[in-house]
Amino acid sequence: MAAAPSPTAPTSPGYDTVPVTGWGRTAPTSAHLVRPRSYEETVAAVRECAVTGRRGGIARGLGRAYGDAAQNAGGAVLDMTGLDRIHAIDAAGGTVLCDAGVSLHRLMEVLLPLGWFVPVTPGTRYVTVGGAIGADIHGKNHHVHGSFSRHVEALELLTADGEVRMVERGTELFDATAGGMGLTGVILTATVRLQRVETSLMSVDTERATDLDDLMARLTATDHRYRYSVAWIDLLARGSALGRAVLTRGDHAPLDALPARARRAPLEFRPGRLPAPPAFVPEGLLGRTTVGLFNELWYRRAPRLRTGELQKLAAFFHPLDGVPHWNRVYGRGGFVQYQFVVGYGQEDALRRVVRRISERRCPSFLAVLKRFGDSDPGWLSFPMPGWTLALDIPASLPGLGAFLDELDEEVAAADGRVYLAKDSRLRPELLDAMYPRLADFRSLRARLDPAGVFRSDLSRRLSL
Amino acid sequence: MKDAFGIPQSLLVLGGTSEIGLATARRLITRRTRTVWLAGRPSPALDAAAEELRGSGADVRTVAFDALDSEAHEEALGKVFTEGDIDMVLLAFGVLGDQARDEGDPLAAVRVAQTNYTGAVSAGLVCARALQAQGHGSLVVLSSVAGERARRSNFIYGSSKAGLDAFAQGLGDALHGTGVHVMVVRPGFVRTKMTAGLAEAPLATTPDAVAAAIELGLRRRSETVWVPGALRVVMAGLRHVPRPLFRRLPV
Repeated sequence: MAAAPSPTAPTSPGYDTVPVTGWGRTAPTSAHLVRPRSYEETVAAVRECAVTGRRGGIARGLGRAYGDAAQNAGGAVLDMTGLDRIHAIDAAGGTVLCDAGVSLHRLMEVLLPLGWFVPVTPGTRYVTVGGAIGADIHGKNHHVHGSFSRHVEALELLTADGEVRMVERGTELFDATAGGMGLTGVILTATVRLQRVETSLMSVDTERATDLDDLMARLTATDHRYRYSVAWIDLLARGSALGRAVLTRGDHAPLDALPARARRAPLEFRPGRLPAPPAFVPEGLLGRTTVGLFNELWYRRAPRLRTGELQKLAAFFHPLDGVPHWNRVYGRGGFVQYQFVVGYGQEDALRRVVRRISERRCPSFLAVLKRFGDSDPGWLSFPMPGWTLALDIPASLPGLGAFLDELDEEVAAADGRVYLAKDSRLRPELLDAMYPRLADFRSLRARLDPAGVFRSDLSRRLSL
Repeated sequence: MKDAFGIPQSLLVLGGTSEIGLATARRLITRRTRTVWLAGRPSPALDAAAEELRGSGADVRTVAFDALDSEAHEEALGKVFTEGDIDMVLLAFGVLGDQARDEGDPLAAVRVAQTNYTGAVSAGLVCARALQAQGHGSLVVLSSVAGERARRSNFIYGSSKAGLDAFAQGLGDALHGTGVHVMVVRPGFVRTKMTAGLAEAPLATTPDAVAAAIELGLRRRSETVWVPGALRVVMAGLRHVPRPLFRRLPV
């Protein structure tokens, strides 16, 4: 699999110039891909970024950021997945010390048999620990457990001067790094606090909501009873069905909830995989008709109310991980993810946005609404108490850029923000309003990395 | 940086008074474009064009650039790229000449060829290298349907555009996989000051329509764009018409 080192650049192992995109497959740019296999090679790569030209470098994990956060046109992209050792597991206290290139998938494989689970997981297991901190990811348990950085005790950060710093919780550098999109340095290791589980199964309650107001009322009234909660929302539904949704909420199943046969191996973790879509899919496969049909079926298929259903972990958290390269289904034009949050009290803004998306007939079959709990101190961390909606739309939809700009205005006017790990198109002017600690972030970067060693397409596009 | 829809934040227009160039700049400024460089021979017209674009909120700068002075291209354009990334270069300069007069004045004909073709070769290569070094960017080249097949009525202009078109296609292939995108735009008859007084051809179009087609092409990362799109089909047919017959067509 690994390409042979190119003879043109003897100093770095595995040195290639390749086009790079995010998971949404829009806006490719080309970069020198460096694959460090040790801390020493990583330090050498960062030192090289500092001397060769002005294009800098950025760390990249498994490439699940939708936009351009882990791209660096004309500079270096450090593929960190080669640094994937798990150093120490405290099976009694529930912490793990591991390299930043370790994926959450790998952690689950190792930790579940010991009765531990990752504290926060997004909709995919294929993110690295470094990426999880850099984007300060959130999951279905945000309303009770916050974002990933809340569970990080400390991390080792390789900064622009080539030094490795131990960064503890509660420090400025920690708060700039959690959600800092890799721009404060390269995370080398992290100590993460874990979640105790008795089984690898989930006990899930499913219910339907007939429209947006019904959905919001149900979530508001009962969300606090569930550790994990999410609502799939049908954004193609119109009229009185506007915002109809399927809520799936649950918790890790306790051992005594399992049938006798499953109790023999309660912590088994064997997620299945389906074949990947072909490399070339015609654009427009996911149009209004197909997505409308899918949404109709998906809604009808869900039970009006079902409680205590046992589901496998992967089916509950990561249904799309079963289909490798699922991002190909949008064709070569790719797709755009749009995720925003508006605070509690701004429900009208949320209603307006949902109505506009529905009126616009945006074909989105992965629209998700959830409630966030308290925010964490990360300066550019996305979550804040409120409602968050995430959806994906084919980039080829005519007029999409201008339409999303209008939604941004609505979100910014409601003191909300969009998620940088998913962004590929935000107007830079709106960023200051969305992230009030941006000025602190910029000034810390100016002090810590005056030469701009760490850069990405995202940082150039938004002047981070 | 360009956004997910290929819209640039910074734009360099070679041929800073070109109506198509300015229409494109105006359109892109309403999207994401904040920095515009207008490259052209210093003139009141160039300053006026810059002033007008400033009115729409962009940071507009001008740079002295003469298509005929190939030796100066490296320095003039290099200066622009040292000031910051250029997400899109629009190669929009060109002259139509006067076919009837130029046939009798070989030096005037050569000037058309030098402007449209050799000037584009040097400027195009300078920009291509800079874009490649920054690892991203679009080079949009304004060709013409006239370059698709030589016509009695404007073969001097047409042959220069044919050269430019072939050059841009080859450059696009050379840059494939480098993160740099080359797009050849082939408009038909465009109503501008360059074509004022000429008999209008069928499927005539406007600078704004060309600008809209460019925006769409950027989003699709197209390699070739015809304006209007119907010309793709028309020219696919005309290209194969036997010459004895083609000669007699009223085109």
